[in-house]
Amino acid sequence: MSNVHTLSVLVEDKPGVLARIAGLFARRGFNIESLAVGPTERKGFSRITLVSVADDLGHVEQIVKQLNKLVEVIKITEMEKGQSVRRELILVKVRADARARGEVLQIAQLFRGHVVDVSPDSLTIEATGGYGKLRALLELLEPYGVSELVQSGSVALGRGGRTITDRSKYDKTPRSQRAADA
Amino acid sequence: MTRPQPLPSEPLTGAQALVRALELLGVEVAFGIPGGAVLPLFDPLFGSSIRHILCRHEQGAAHAAEGYATAAGRVGVCIATSGPGATNLVTGLANAYMDSTPIVAITGQVASTSIGTDAFQEADIRGITFPITKHSYLVTDAADVPRAVAEAFHIAGSGRPGPVLVDVTKDALTGFAEFDWPVKLDLPGYRPTTAPHVRQIAQAAALTAVAERPVILAGGGVIRGDAAPALTALAEAARLPVVTTLMARGAVPDACPFNYGMPGMHGSVAAVGALQRADLIIAVGARFDDRVTGQLSTFAPAAKIIHCDIDPAEIGKNRAVDLPIVGDCRLMLEEFAVKLAEIELPDWSAWRAYLDSLRERYPTWAGDPDDGIIQPQEVIRLIGQAAGPDAIFVTGVGQHQMWSAHFIPHAKPRHWLTSGGAGTMGFCVPAAMGAKVGQPDKTVWGIDGDGCFQMTNQELVTCALNHIPVKIAVINNQALGMVRQWQTLFYGQRYSATDLHTDRIPDFPKLAEAMGCVGLRAERPEEVEAVIAQAMAVCDRPVVVEFVVSKDAMVWPMVAAGTSNDDIKIAKDMAPVWEEDEL
Repeated sequence: MSNVHTLSVLVEDKPGVLARIAGLFARRGFNIESLAVGPTERKGFSRITLVSVADDLGHVEQIVKQLNKLVEVIKITEMEKGQSVRRELILVKVRADARARGEVLQIAQLFRGHVVDVSPDSLTIEATGGYGKLRALLELLEPYGVSELVQSGSVALGRGGRTITDRSKYDKTPRSQRAADA
Repeated sequence: MTRPQPLPSEPLTGAQALVRALELLGVEVAFGIPGGAVLPLFDPLFGSSIRHILCRHEQGAAHAAEGYATAAGRVGVCIATSGPGATNLVTGLANAYMDSTPIVAITGQVASTSIGTDAFQEADIRGITFPITKHSYLVTDAADVPRAVAEAFHIAGSGRPGPVLVDVTKDALTGFAEFDWPVKLDLPGYRPTTAPHVRQIAQAAALTAVAERPVILAGGGVIRGDAAPALTALAEAARLPVVTTLMARGAVPDACPFNYGMPGMHGSVAAVGALQRADLIIAVGARFDDRVTGQLSTFAPAAKIIHCDIDPAEIGKNRAVDLPIVGDCRLMLEEFAVKLAEIELPDWSAWRAYLDSLRERYPTWAGDPDDGIIQPQEVIRLIGQAAGPDAIFVTGVGQHQMWSAHFIPHAKPRHWLTSGGAGTMGFCVPAAMGAKVGQPDKTVWGIDGDGCFQMTNQELVTCALNHIPVKIAVINNQALGMVRQWQTLFYGQRYSATDLHTDRIPDFPKLAEAMGCVGLRAERPEEVEAVIAQAMAVCDRPVVVEFVVSKDAMVWPMVAAGTSNDDIKIAKDMAPVWEEDEL
């Protein structure tokens, strides 16, 4: 899925920032597959992880450029596959009576999931991982009956010592200018 | 101008702080209308050095701020109250956003404790205007007022200019806080790149040096960036053909032989031909709008593109580029001119001769047969002639706008105000008012249509009462002319909802007189010049002149929407002969 792009967006933690970003995506006809927002190691800044599907690179570049025009956006980095760690969290409620409980537990353990709630006829499992792993887990649980599923947006960090505050592919210096520097 | 000096830190109300901040920023005039939530602001405004012009509709206040901004080259200011006052600004903000006009809109908001309760005259104006403002603020604390205002002016006027909204709650206006000035701007996410890269300018010169058919595509950024003198100097020194978009009319004088006029849907054959046949387009402060490119896939098929803009998002948005240059247009053009002077440029005389022949063979208007009815093109030409190159011309949107783009003798930047990107009917009268306030010593002619005029003419009352003597020509063809033209050409002459029946209802001269203006009318071709002379002689009051013209006059040339520029027509079913062998 090379047309799936994960962007990390460092923003000032101010009211309305998320509305502005969501509005920008809606207005420009970009789509949001998943979205996660939270505080960062620096006070006053939030980090948004955005997953978007874009047909061509020009489209991604346009998304990044338009995001960069927002005054509260400090920095944007694309989290490239292989060079970043990406995780989602799911909570899934599975129908499991005493008979099925053992099998469901076994599946959960295989995926390093945890049981966070249990009742006579259900189990709630918490699991984290990448997109593929969580899909595989859900497929195996499906036959028992998934009665409820909730899923977080994807969050991502670049591998290695570099951070989003280092100079990155999509910092505020236009790419054209940096190309000329090289 | 002496600016009031800041006093040592002292507690002020948010409203006092706002007015003080505006004064310290050098604001001389604001266009607005008061109301409940914004009332605290109007109290200190009453005693301030800022001239507040009380408009008749908030849309008028916003367009007036735009007109002022473009004519004066400063940030324009408009003020409205919460709810409907604020929502009435929306059209003006959208217009300013599309045309990159620097304005700051200040709106009152219900008290912060009432936000979200559907309080009286509450509207989430910040949310409403997210997509049509460069930035916006919701200020809920008096202490935040000076910073928000200072940042708003900085953001509106720098980089790619645009509208900024400052929404201030009533309790922020009435609360007290220390007034600290100057504000140290802290905008880590806003650092526009202004200096173009030296190496890219050198590459641009290298591309130009091997081009056989180069053309500069100048857009509104040249006006906004005060780059017009640099552009004219460059065109003349390098003998480089230039085309000037609707927003860039006046960036190079029309009298300059290297200016081939306006490209686009209603562009001249020479300008459209220059782009279509170019092997190098140097776009400066232009954004490859669909009205310029026509069908994008067939636009300028042989051209390499150098694209200079201060907004990196414009580069590559519509047309892929070969050489991007992010930076200020004026700096780019000045440095580009230096580089071009250092190298030997090809002889482009055959290319220019080809464009000259297109210009000669296909004038934008050759005159219609004399049928005893006033020709609108002729009216506009005569107004341009009578007013001269120092006058400021403002238009509405439609046929009269396209004719004005062609037949006014454009000579100077910031002397042509029109609604381009948004195509806002009703722009003319209030924008002319703002322009006249910004340039009181210049003659300001608004050229409007009968449809547009009926949308915002109430601001003539504002003009009459505030001694703002603008001149408005109403080109009355009794119809929504441009829409009617499309119906003639593309909808089988079925004139659905375009006939305004503006034959004495309203009676424009009487309407003008009722609003405190001089009202004049010309109905026959032989009356036109005398009536224009009469209007030119009135300098103490606004004048409205109605010109009764044929509803069948059409704007030519025309590239039908969505078709290729190559299919430009010079009249119905008449295509130009390109004679490419000449190249």
